[in-house]
This record gives sequence, structure tokens and C-alpha cells, in this order.
Amino acid sequence: MTGRAGWWFLLPWIVGFLAFTAGPMAFSLWLSLNHYDMLEPPEYVGLDNYREALTDDRVGTALWNTLFFTALHVPSQVVLALALAGLLRRAGRAAGFFRTVVYLPVMTPPVALAALFLLLLNGQNGAVNAFLGWFGFTGPNWTTDPVWIKPGLVVMSLWTVGSTAVLYLAALTRVPPERYEAARLDGASPWRQFWHVTLPGISGTVYFTVVVNTIASLQVFTEAYTMFFGARGKQSGEGDAALFYVIHLFREAFESLRMGYASALAWGLFVVIAVVTAVQVRLSRRYVHYEGER
Amino acid sequence: MRGWLVGVVAVLVCGCGGLGATPADAPNTLVTMGFGQPDEHATARVAVFRAAHPEVDVRINEGAFDEQQFLSAVAAEDPPDLVYAERRKLGSYAARGAVLSLDDCVREHGVDLGEFREAALRQVTHEGRVYGLPDFAMTRVLILNNSALRAAGVDPASVSTTDWSALAELVARLNRPKRIAFDPKVPEFLPLWAKANGVDLVGTRLDDPRVVEAVRYTAELVRRQGGWASFKAFRDTFDQFGAQNAYVTGQLAAMPMESWYLNTLATNSPDVDVTIAPFTDRRGRPLTESSGQAWAIPKGARHPDLACRFLVTMTDADTWVTAATARRDALAAKGKPYGGTFTANRVADERIFREVFDPRGNRILERGVPQVLALQDEAFALAPSPAASELVRAWEGGVNRVLTGRQSPEDAMAQAQREAERALRRVGAR
Repeated sequence: MTGRAGWWFLLPWIVGFLAFTAGPMAFSLWLSLNHYDMLEPPEYVGLDNYREALTDDRVGTALWNTLFFTALHVPSQVVLALALAGLLRRAGRAAGFFRTVVYLPVMTPPVALAALFLLLLNGQNGAVNAFLGWFGFTGPNWTTDPVWIKPGLVVMSLWTVGSTAVLYLAALTRVPPERYEAARLDGASPWRQFWHVTLPGISGTVYFTVVVNTIASLQVFTEAYTMFFGARGKQSGEGDAALFYVIHLFREAFESLRMGYASALAWGLFVVIAVVTAVQVRLSRRYVHYEGER
Repeated sequence: MRGWLVGVVAVLVCGCGGLGATPADAPNTLVTMGFGQPDEHATARVAVFRAAHPEVDVRINEGAFDEQQFLSAVAAEDPPDLVYAERRKLGSYAARGAVLSLDDCVREHGVDLGEFREAALRQVTHEGRVYGLPDFAMTRVLILNNSALRAAGVDPASVSTTDWSALAELVARLNRPKRIAFDPKVPEFLPLWAKANGVDLVGTRLDDPRVVEAVRYTAELVRRQGGWASFKAFRDTFDQFGAQNAYVTGQLAAMPMESWYLNTLATNSPDVDVTIAPFTDRRGRPLTESSGQAWAIPKGARHPDLACRFLVTMTDADTWVTAATARRDALAAKGKPYGGTFTANRVADERIFREVFDPRGNRILERGVPQVLALQDEAFALAPSPAASELVRAWEGGVNRVLTGRQSPEDAMAQAQREAERALRRVGAR
């Protein structure tokens, strides 16, 4: 009776999972073996879509852009969030205020964020280059020079670093103070304290944020699409510099009406994410420490 | 207990799945997609239909046309009764069977297709059958900044796109920091430059030497003005719709532009000193590209007869004149000039510019509008293609690769041609 009651409690989730996750995934897997343009019934083509994906130049470009962005974005996010969390921890009585300030930008809708950063990052009169100019640097054309588009998007992505920072702040408060005391007695410098006490103490949280941010980065879409492929995209000439994998997938699906091919691309991305995550899980065994583990 | 749970699940499933009749199924209901009512051109025309058919509940689904939304609706057999979209796209949907032929509708209502401009009508005609009725019509003209040109010792009357070498020299002469001397408006205006060089972009190979030459030339114009990255970043700073637009501030000396911009300039900066001139091909003949929207009835529409009546009314000359009059009166109430309404209906245009046009002494309109009108019937339009979006994406991608210096014009357009062929093969294979 107890077991049956448990299933009843699980039922809403199971129904939701089957209807909105497992079902669409299974349908997409089947669709990836078909040509389907939404107007005619699907036509079975076997593995043709997967073969085409392997020879599609734009898939290679999009994958490279996405991995490049991820490689820049994730470490930048971790470092900046750690720095902010460290500062927040020392905020004293105003901690609540500063926590709110740091988290507030996360509330900005992504499309508004993209529109805002098109202005801030403008190479000719944007605020970012004006700021760099105060220190004698000539900033690049972040939004129009293909070389600088992805770094510009990384700069923009740091706007939402607050969500990671508050997680790190919570983790930092859980590191036992006696460990720092012992380290200081042993003569450890602040850097060695960070490296040998702080980082191992919060490694579980860092690992979690790295995995989650990596998956999110591999699916980057909204901001880049708004900035370079939406209505403005008709007049943009940045070429493929901002063509991320999910943008390519979206355009194949909803501009070229190739639902089968787009489904194959989606499964390709699923495999990439699974491989990257598996590597991270493997590495975590060596570098991540949890309280209570021997 | 079990019965109650089943009931809850049934209600949830039916709610999510949209089972049962919807308000759109009701008789005498018309649902549109892709059409908004930002001004009197829309509201007055809808009012004409409502007055003639008070029994019909017209539901305007405000918002721009969304390809994904439209095709999903057609695929789900839940389309709107009418769709309002770019003619170029409707031609593609016609080829794919997503919209209905209007031949019966046109015949039944005695619509004289001869009233419509040929280029516009051709864009919505597929295999001899008409699939849409054209609505607005935009053309492209050269807009020259007299002040900037004269300050550099250049007579605006001497500026043209006929002699490409002379234009390139002019760019070198006019080029200054914080000023664009001549914006060729590529990649979006590539069809115009290609046509000026003697070739239609749709129906010709994208790696045709004349297309490649047009790409090379326009990219070179941009390169001479600092290269794409800084050129584009500077252009992005323009206040296109404001009183301090690039013609007022002197940030721009010349560019080809859609005809609607005359009204924007006349309204927001009525005193700016500009010359409106035709874009010319390399033999000096005036040349322009026509584009705009059209009305069509999607496959599976619930009320095709009502929809037919609606689109016939919306594109009728009398309706256009009513809308133009309402627009003129609304602008006059604000003390602003009315620069006319450019439609794809020739009869409507003749009447609007004879009976309603009210420039109120605005020089931009008084000089510019006759230029636009003279070009209307000479305009060419991109031929419909079942892979229209992919073709545009292919050539724009090619031009972008040249602008950003990643490929030579030859290689870029050869790749564009391969992409276009693949897209056409895919559509043709279905």
C-alpha cells in the first residue's frame, strides 16, 4: 500500500516527463531518420540526415564556435564568480544589499540583455570601449569584427555571473574556519590557504557549476540569435562568427523547414554534451572532494 | 477516488491538446496572421471591411509574420484564415502547397489582376496560378546628402551608380573619419547591384562572373571606407528614425534605400537637404527592385470564402484611397505632411497621388515622390522560388564572407551556389 501511494505521488512528474521530455525525445529520434518539412508527411531516409551532418561545413563551424565560446565562458564565469563570492563574504553588515546587487542582473531577460549589449559593445561609441579608452586602450569592434564577436559574447555572458557567485558564497560559508586557523598556524600564505583549503572545500559546488555552465554554454542561443540573426540579422554581416550549434539547428528547423535534419543535429549535440559531461565526471573523481568522504 | 483522478487527467489532457471547437471555428469569424494595425493604412482598411460585413468577427492577430508560427499552424491543421507576409516568402509557400490558389476567388469577385503591378504579381504567381494579392510596394532609390556632398565640392546631380569607377573615386574623395561616403547596402541590396550589372540573382548561378563582380565591387567600396567591422559598427550608431538621423548629422553622404524612408525623413527631419535620384544600371538606365507584402489564404483555412472577400477588399483601389485619406487627415491633425502610400495596386496609386497626396510644401516629398512613382512600373522583383529563404541565406552568407575578408568573391559565391543547389535539390526532391 505504501509503495502504491508513492507511485501516486510520483505520477504528476512521470506524466510530465513522458509527455514533455521522453515523448518528444523519442519522436525527435524517429524524426531524425526522416525528411520532414511540416507540410508533407515525413519520409523515411535512414541515416541520411546523420551522414549529411558529418559533411555539413556549417556544422563544423558551429561546433567550433560553440566549443570556443564554452572554453572561454566557463572558466571566466568560475573565476569571476569566485572573486565576487570572496568579496561578498567580506561585506559585513551590508552583505544582504550586495548579494542582491550581484544577483540582480540575472533577472534581466536575455533578449533585453542582447539589445543592451549591442549598444554597450559598439566598437565606435559603446560604453565598454569608452571605459577601455580611459586606460589608454583602443577597444575592438566587438559586434562587427568576426575575431572579436565571441569574446564580446563572453563579456556579455558574465552579466549573469551573480547566480554562480551566490552558490559559491554559500559554499564558502560552509568551509570550517578551523581549517584556515590550522593553515595559518602552519604558516600558509593567503594564496596557499585558497589553493589548499578554500578550493578543496568548495570543489563540489565548483564542479556542479562547471557541469551546469558547460551544458548551458553548449546550448547558447538566445543572446547570440537576437544580436546577430534576428531582425537585425538581415543587415548584419558578421558571417558565421556567431553561428553557434543551436542557432544552426534552429535555422535548419524553422527557416529551412528541415525538421528531420534538425533533429539529427539535436541528437549530435546530445552526444557531444554526454561525452563532455562524462569527461567532467571522470575528472571529478580526482579533483572534487565531498565532506564525509575518506 | 479513481474516477476523480481520471477526470482530472482528462481535463488536463483536453486542455493541453486543445480538443474541441475554438472561437476561430465559429461561422463568420476571420483570423489573420502577420498583420498589425500600427496606423490608418491598416485600421481604415479593416474598418471598410467591417462596415461592408458587420456580421463578420474579424480577429487581427497583431504582430509581425512569424514563419515558424505560420508553418506550425498549417502543419497542425489549425491555420489562420488569412496570412500577411513578404511576397517573396509567399511564392515559396505556394510552391510548397502551404497556401491556396486564389484563381477562383479572383474570378468570383471580378478582381482585375491587371490593376496590380506586374513585378508584385509575378512574385505571388506559381505555375500560372495566383496565390496572393499584393499589398504595399516598396522600391529603392538613391538618397544623397546635398550638404555633405557640396561641402566636399561634389555636385549631387553628378552622383550616380552608372559609372562604377567614378563612384569608387567619389568614395575616396568623400571618405572622412566619422562619415560614410557611400553605403552600398550589401548584402541585402545585392540583387539590385547584380541587376545593375546585367544579371537576375534568382534564376542565374550565384557564381556568375557578373554576380561575382558586383560582390567584389561593393565589398571594395566598404573596404575603402575602413573595412566592414568599423564601417558596420559606425553605421549601427545611426539614429535612423530620429530627428538626428545620419543625413542631418552629416554621418552619411549617400546610399540606396527603400522608398518608405522618404516619409521617415519628411516627418522627422523635414528640412534636411537631400536629393532623391534613381539607382541606375551600368548603362545609365533607372533601375529599382520592388518588394512588399501580400495577402494569402493558408491551406486548411476554416473560412476561405470570407477570407477571399477580406483580401479582395483590403487590396481594392477604393479601400486604399479611403485608408490614404484617413492617414493624410491623421498626419494633418499633427501638422505633418502626407507623402502618399505606395501600393502594389497601380489604380490605387494613381488616385492616391492625384487626389490625396499632401506634401504641404515638404521638399523631400515634392521632389522625391515623383522619382519613386516614375520607377514603380520599371521595377524588377526577385522571382519566386520554392527555396527562397535558403537562396537569400546562401548569397547573403557569401557576401558576408567577402566583407569580413574570409573568402575571395569567387570562392564565396561558388560556395553560395553550392548551398543554393543543395537547397533547391532538397525542395525539388519532395
